[in-house]
Order: sequence, then C-alpha cells, then structure tokens
Amino acid sequence: MANGAALSVAGLSKSFGAAQKALSDVRLELEPGEMVALIGASGSGKSTLLRHISGFVGADAGSGPVRVGDHEIQAGGRVARNIRDLRAEVGFIFQQFNLVGRLTVMTNVLMGQLPRIPSWRSLFGRFTQAEKAEAWHALRSVGIEGIAWQRASTLSGGQQQRVAIARALVQRARIILADEPIASLDPESARNVMEILARINREQGITVLVSLHQVQFARRYCTRTVALRLGEVVYDGPSADLDATMLRRLYGAAVEEMLDGTETIDAVMNDPVVAEGLGPAVASAAA
Amino acid sequence: MTAATTIPDGALAPPGEGKRTLAQAVGWAAFALVLLWAWKGADMRPLDLWKDSGNMRIFLAEFFPPDFREWKSYLREMIVTLHIAVWGTVLAIVCAVPFGLLSSSNIVPIWVYQPVRRLMDACRAINEMVFAMLFIVAVGLGPFAGVLALWIHTTGTLAKLFSEAVEAIDPRPVEGVRATGASALEEIFYGVIPQVMPLWISYSLYRFESNVRSASVVGMVGAGGIGVILYEVIRGFEYAQTCAVMIIIITFVSTIDVVSARFRKLFI
Repeated sequence: MANGAALSVAGLSKSFGAAQKALSDVRLELEPGEMVALIGASGSGKSTLLRHISGFVGADAGSGPVRVGDHEIQAGGRVARNIRDLRAEVGFIFQQFNLVGRLTVMTNVLMGQLPRIPSWRSLFGRFTQAEKAEAWHALRSVGIEGIAWQRASTLSGGQQQRVAIARALVQRARIILADEPIASLDPESARNVMEILARINREQGITVLVSLHQVQFARRYCTRTVALRLGEVVYDGPSADLDATMLRRLYGAAVEEMLDGTETIDAVMNDPVVAEGLGPAVASAAA
Repeated sequence: MTAATTIPDGALAPPGEGKRTLAQAVGWAAFALVLLWAWKGADMRPLDLWKDSGNMRIFLAEFFPPDFREWKSYLREMIVTLHIAVWGTVLAIVCAVPFGLLSSSNIVPIWVYQPVRRLMDACRAINEMVFAMLFIVAVGLGPFAGVLALWIHTTGTLAKLFSEAVEAIDPRPVEGVRATGASALEEIFYGVIPQVMPLWISYSLYRFESNVRSASVVGMVGAGGIGVILYEVIRGFEYAQTCAVMIIIITFVSTIDVVSARFRKLFI
C-alpha cells in the first residue's frame, strides 16, 4: 500500500443478494490534491463505491481495506468503530444536496463543525462567533454569503449545492466525495458547481473524487478519469484519452446515455468548448 | 365504430361481477347480525324515548334558566381545570419526545422500539378516569391526581403520534448531517427534529385541547377542578346549576379549540 495516498481502495467487492454484484474487486488510489472523475452509466456502481468510501455501508466480508489518508474506513466488510469521527475528514456532496430545509443556510453550514465542538454546545446550537465567522467565510468562498440567514428550503438547486460544498469546507475535510453533484442542476448551475469544486481543489489542495454520468464534464474538469461498468473498473487514466472510440469500446450502445442524450458522442467530442475546457494540466500537456 | 361502442340490450354482465356482489351481500348480512346481537346487550329501548317524553320535558325544563349565582366558584374551578390540563400536557410532551424517538423504527433497532411501543400502548389503553381513580389512592384527592392521570395517558398518545411523524421524515437530510461526522444524538437534533417540529407542535396543541375536556371529567372521580362541582350538582339534583356549569365548560373548551386551531395553522 502506497503511503501518503489521499484515498486507497484495495479490492472492494459488494453484492446485493446472491447473484447481483454491485462492485467487484475495485482498486483505486488517489494522490493528495488530485481531482478525479468517476464515470459510468446508471447502475454501474458509482454511488455504491462512494458510499463505501464514506463508511455508510460495509462491503463484502472478503474485501480489502478502504483508507482515507492514514485512517482505515473499513476492511474485510467491517466499518471502523470510530467511523463517525473519521467521517469528519471526508466531505460528501449529494445529488439531492441533503440539506435540512427548515434550518437556515448558516446552521446547515455550521453543522460541519459538529465533530469538533463539545456536545453540550452542539445539542443546544451554541456556536461561537469564531465558528460562525468560519462558516460565513466558507459561504463567501462559494459566493452565497448574502443568503446566510435564509431557510435552506427557499434556495434554488444550484444554491443548495453550494451550501453543501460550504458545509464540507467548514468540516475542514481533506477529501471531498461528490456523488453526481450536478445531475439535478440546470446547465448553468452545473458548470458553476463544477468550477467551485475545481477551484477548491486547486486553491486549497483538497482531493476531489466526483462521480458524473456526463463524460464531457469529466473531460473538462478532471485530468484523470476512472470508468466503472457493472461494478468493475474498466478504465483509469487521463481524461484526454477517453475519446469516442474508447468510450464505445468500454460501454457499447450505453454510451449515448452518458452524454446529454441530445447529442451524439462524436459531436460532443468535437465540441470546442469541451476540448478547450480541459483542465490546465491537460491543456499544457497537450501543448 | 357504433358496433364497438354500443352495448346490446340484455348483454351479460362482465365475468367476475357476480362474485363481488355476493361478497358484498355477505358483508352487509354480517354487519346486520352484529347490530342485532348487540341490541340486547346495549338494552336498546327506543320506544321509551317516546313513552317517557313527558318526563323528559319536565326534566329538561328544570335546567332552565341556568343558575349562575355561584359563578365565582365555577370560574375558579374551571381555571384549576385548565391548570391541570397545562401541567398534564407539558409533562407528557417532555416524556413523549424521548419515548416517541425510541418507538421509531428508523431511529432505533427493533428490540428497542417494540418494547417501548408496547409500554406506550399500555399508557394509552387505559382511560384517564381509571388512572385518576388509581392516583387518588396514591396521592390523595385533588388536582395533582388529575395531572398525573393526564400525564400518563397523554404520554402514550403523543409518543405514538410523535413516532409516526419521525417515521415519515425524509432520510436524505439526516444522511447529510451524518456525512459531517456528527454523533447519533446530533443527527437527531439537527436532522430529525427540525423536520418533525411543525407536526409535533400541532399534535401537542391538539392534545392540550383534548386534555382540557378530559380534565373536566377526571374531576368527577375526585381529581380536582370543575368536574368535582359538576359531580356535586348532578348528585344534588341541582339542574339549573348543572346547566350553568355545563355552559361554562362549553364556553372554555370551544374558546380553547378555536384559539389553538388558529395557532396550529401557523405551524403547518
């Protein structure tokens, strides 16, 4: 096991029932500061994999360990006993945002502090000025400090997703797992959320693993892509190499689902915006 | 087109129709049998209503005009009844929060929620009056016995209503809180309670309304409040005073119903 990896998954398998294999022997390693896309059609195991990394579910008994930094999240199907403490290190962004709608944006973001403050304060909602200031700065860094005191349920989807990112920042997570963060958003908000994820990855060095089912976003924002099909890693390499031919070879007819559905794969791949939008590292490598 | 849409005269009913009507007939026959069977036990004598209508008219006439000479003491006891309802309800809410969470299948494992639910069933199954009579033995005559009776019974009711609200929550926000590394208790405080709060408040106010009604009855077995007076005037054949007491109870209960219904609307 390589020391110093931000995330390592060494042979993770998960079956639901006897026959259905959701993940089989998944191996994955992320270096600190990487931003990696996880692609695949619906049902390919993207969410299942992310939920295992966060310790929401335990894998099959024979599985290898899942480690985040120095911590073992689970091994051999047993989730760590102190998983609640470990989760503080892992930010999780959900497709449906998963905010508490009746609470203010501020309180939702302050929740990122819960693991760090004593429970007599957290249970009575007593946050210090310094803690509120940190939450406010996180909101400002995602550009929505103006709505800090609104109820979360009154926000648009794009705003809610930015609140969720602010919560992960306040959590001081070293790695952020984003499970289809843009699948419920309009194109403008989707781009905005991806830009923010890319920026915190670049500026704060937070490792990001983001699952997407639209390949063009993976090509645009991530230098490296891991592709899943039926619970198996079928590709792990530069996003730039994921061209139409490669995708067709990996997914066959299912490939159209992983695009917008309105465009053919060749049109997307030739789209200048997609090509131009590739991360700076790829762009410079190509040049 | 017409051949397909018009139904010829004397067409056969769709197959299976006969079975359904038979089942319905059996159902109605069973219901009629139950009514007949219960007739005797319930000592139903509808003709007596007709036969004794003269007596009833005399009896009813004695209620009017209502006698409000003792209104000060009625009012004082009615306020005591309110006090019993307030304390009985508040203590019940405080207990129903943990018991409600402990009876929710999405919060605790089955070996916790099943026993707690049975305990709450027991609290709910027995009427406030019965509890009041038992507590009078334990703590003596007076309002405190009434408070205890309402407390136990209402805890059972509210815990059930609270847990039904908890079981209907959206699990995604709770998972969002869990993802921050929050403890189990923090998950409940930040993820569950904000979601159920409007319903919990509404249920609590509704139970307060019902408890004002119940508190006026528990007095009849000696547990303090307006019920004690009601019992005394009925036993003393003071029907004009009984009428006055009933008017006061109706006025109070209706006012509280209206006010609390308004209040509940704010939270839903």
